[in-house]
Amino acid sequence: MANPRPEQKLEPWKDPAATPYIRIEKVTKKFGDFVAVDDVSLSIYRGEIFCLLGASGCGKTTLLRMLAGFEEPTAGKMWIDGADMQGIPPYKRPVNMMFQSYALFPHMTVEQNVAFGLKQDKLPRAEIKDRVNAILELVKMTQFAGRKPHQLSGGQRQRVALARSLVKQPKLMLLDEPLGALDKKLREHTQFELVNIQEKLGVTFVVVTHDQEEAMTLASRIGVMNHGKIVQVGTPSDIYEFPISRFVADFVGSVNMFEGTLIEDEPDYVRVASKELGGNFYVNHGVSAPPDATVWVALRPEKIVIAREPPASDDEDNRVRGVVKEIAYLGDVSVYLVQLASGRMVRVTRPNMRRQAAAFDRITWDEEVWLSWDPSSPVVVTQ
Amino acid sequence: MIGRRSFLVTTLMAFGFAFLYIPILSMIVFSFNESRLVTVWAGFSTKWYVELFQNEQIINAAKLSLRIAAINATGAVILGTLAGFALSRFRRFKGRTLMTGMTTAPLVMPEVITGLSMLLLFVAMEHMFGWPAGRGVTTITIAHITFSMAYVTVVIQSRLSTLDESLEEAAMDLGARPWKVFAVITLPIIFPAILAGWLLAFTLSWDDLVITSFVSGPGSSTLPLVIFSKVRLGVSPDINALATLMVAVVAIGIVSAGLYMQRQERRRERDVQAALAANQ
Amino acid sequence: MSAYEPRRRGVHPVLLAELLSWIRAFGPYRWASNRFRDWGVGGRTAVIGLPYLWLLLFFLIPFIIVLKISVSDIRLGMPPYEPLLHWVEHQVVTLRVNLGNYAFLFEDPLYRNAYLNSIFTAGASTILCLLIGYPMAYGIARTSPSWRNLLLMMVMLPFWTSFLLRVYAWIGILKNNGLINNVLMAMGVIDEPIVMLQTDFAVYVGIVYSYLPFMVLPLYANLEKMDITLLEAAADLGCHPVKAFLTITLPLSVPGIVAGSMLVFIPAVGEFVIPALLGGPDSLMIGRVLWEEFFHNRDWPVASAVAIAMLVLLVGPIMILQYNQAKQGGAGGVHR
Repeated sequence: MANPRPEQKLEPWKDPAATPYIRIEKVTKKFGDFVAVDDVSLSIYRGEIFCLLGASGCGKTTLLRMLAGFEEPTAGKMWIDGADMQGIPPYKRPVNMMFQSYALFPHMTVEQNVAFGLKQDKLPRAEIKDRVNAILELVKMTQFAGRKPHQLSGGQRQRVALARSLVKQPKLMLLDEPLGALDKKLREHTQFELVNIQEKLGVTFVVVTHDQEEAMTLASRIGVMNHGKIVQVGTPSDIYEFPISRFVADFVGSVNMFEGTLIEDEPDYVRVASKELGGNFYVNHGVSAPPDATVWVALRPEKIVIAREPPASDDEDNRVRGVVKEIAYLGDVSVYLVQLASGRMVRVTRPNMRRQAAAFDRITWDEEVWLSWDPSSPVVVTQ
Repeated sequence: MIGRRSFLVTTLMAFGFAFLYIPILSMIVFSFNESRLVTVWAGFSTKWYVELFQNEQIINAAKLSLRIAAINATGAVILGTLAGFALSRFRRFKGRTLMTGMTTAPLVMPEVITGLSMLLLFVAMEHMFGWPAGRGVTTITIAHITFSMAYVTVVIQSRLSTLDESLEEAAMDLGARPWKVFAVITLPIIFPAILAGWLLAFTLSWDDLVITSFVSGPGSSTLPLVIFSKVRLGVSPDINALATLMVAVVAIGIVSAGLYMQRQERRRERDVQAALAANQ
Repeated sequence: MSAYEPRRRGVHPVLLAELLSWIRAFGPYRWASNRFRDWGVGGRTAVIGLPYLWLLLFFLIPFIIVLKISVSDIRLGMPPYEPLLHWVEHQVVTLRVNLGNYAFLFEDPLYRNAYLNSIFTAGASTILCLLIGYPMAYGIARTSPSWRNLLLMMVMLPFWTSFLLRVYAWIGILKNNGLINNVLMAMGVIDEPIVMLQTDFAVYVGIVYSYLPFMVLPLYANLEKMDITLLEAAADLGCHPVKAFLTITLPLSVPGIVAGSMLVFIPAVGEFVIPALLGGPDSLMIGRVLWEEFFHNRDWPVASAVAIAMLVLLVGPIMILQYNQAKQGGAGGVHR
């Protein structure tokens, strides 16, 4: 409410003059010998929805809990809105958290739960009442104000938890697996609702999730974490289309990964010879790697064209022959597992754009096929 | 079929329950016996109850025991709740292991040892500081609090370990200071456990003979001490009457608590059903 | 807002929360928190410190005193032992250690017998308790949930009634003109009463009876947790129910058996009331010996030595119990 809604196209992380809203500098957290968060530095800007994405135990929740003040960093510093957070207890931080379990107080009604935070600020009763009503309206929970948490469904609890954190009008909200407890249908619906509310109120969100689809839908930027380290930060499409490491490529979406050697390295293209492929990749982006270095080429299954006929161009690169070994029909897409001459299996997905009538002559088991792809599709990673 | 109990198990179980209840039932039956000969039935009578209520020694002892048990239970609940909270919420502090040991040891310590050691402490303290002067209600209460707080600690600790810690964190996140979080979130939620702890501590104190024998003095005869001295001389029908009354109180308490919990549970289930039905 | 507030009865937690915030506003809460602040004591220190000090003063120090007195000489007077530390001139402390009390325990056959008898009695009673308690726990765990609560309540009920009176009840049953003898004589099974009271048999009965709930409850907790599909899988694989019990249920319930057995054995070793009321003059158990040394012979040093010796005996079982509990409960509370 206080902050104007940021422009959709505004990308503050590209502006060197922009001051980050949250600055995390070389933060490490150890539990005994276990390093939960390892030397993490990160800048998050006002109005962003920043998703920390990673498998369980990668340190994302610990990082979030340090922002909330439940854990103190072992080393490093954090600033929120320019203020150093060291030694500031949770109840004095301008931050509110939405817990994975929602943590609704079981002995209080929805209304009392939502009013709790305002009561701590000793606001006048009338104001508390107005603000509670307004926020319950926003999350469409007005008619359940008198209920106890155990009388609510999962989706309703989630909305109460959201309202309870939002009612304090925090500038920064931390969400720990906000949709983890909901079933798939409800989750999709709620994702968009969450983004709408965030845009309406102009709050900065930091979201922890292990669900890449959730991260892709919500995030303005994603930080992928592994073993306590941030391995890549970028917009959802950056992360998906330009992963910088094998881990990121593999973790986000599915990918075919080929080991190979650089044979040509020019500023605007590279060629990679791969024994696994039994041919060469021609990729139209440059790579900073020494010549003859071992590199990996990541190729997304949906970017491969599968056909009986060889591709029209007579370029020898970016094509390979194989035999279809498995087909899985998933409804919207079909997945083909194609075996190459090297024995390597390649995963290819193809959208089912036409209904598959019996007469439809489709590629089937043990057929010999050609796989080909555009030079812009593969991504070369060096680590 | 699998996992159902067989006839054999049912029979053995029935035998076990008979073993548990026959002595209690026999006490109840013979408390209404006309004859002083406890084991020969001579007709129905409530005269032993009348005699019991006219026995001033027993009435006074019961009053004293009630008083000590209530004070003890309150003290034990305060200390035990603090200890249980400390052990389950503060993961690291100096002497945590020692504290864990000191709160679990009284649970398995033979009463004669606890009683003896408490008495020796009181004697030594009196010798050095002149307090507590002699043995009596004060020393009994201190001794009871010490061993019953261990039980309360266990009850509270196990309740807190199943309480979602993020409730407390959420309250703190919303601006409540630690003391306030404890007072308005933790305490109300664990209130049933605290009540259970209070009742447990009360019962332990009300029932204790051995430790009390060591630390009591002249003029501080609690009910168990009086019963013990009477019982040592043989069976007496007014003790049967007393036992019947105590069993009745406990049974009423347990049964009503059970019914209350069952009703709560049903209501809860109904609420959850209603919540799910209302918005799917 | 209050229009759609379905007020339900029995909402005391909320009332309590209100009340507590009220008390906090100007009650002892504020006083206490201000005092703590004045002393420079954080809430955390106060929460830990209060029970800690209490336990140190009234639990740990008494033990050290028992240890100390167990190596003192007896003397006439009050307290009836020689002080351990003698303050000689120039504040030089001399230490008098008298291990004679322990030597006495070893040499006198009375104490040796009491020891062995205690272990034997407690052990035998524990086994009897297990034999009676296991079917009960198993039966309760396998009944329908509504019956289960009732049966559990029935196991708990004797536990909440007076221990002393439950032991006393057996006097009326076991004595020569007691319930059992009267019934048996009336049926013509026996002509003369069987002497049961004041025998070791009576002591066994008393211990088993008094401590049965301690055996049943941990066993129940263990058996109730067990996954029934394990037995279904066993049956599916062709295992006879009896064999399934022996090879699956029984091994899985070992932690429950250990916990229950230790909870019976440990207090039974030090039992005083049961042998005193039901046992004969020759059924000596350590608890009773300690009692008599203390109250009748007024030999505090020997009584203390008996206490320490008893504790040494119990260290093993107590450690088994602790280890068993830690192994079962250790998985909770792992940090996310």
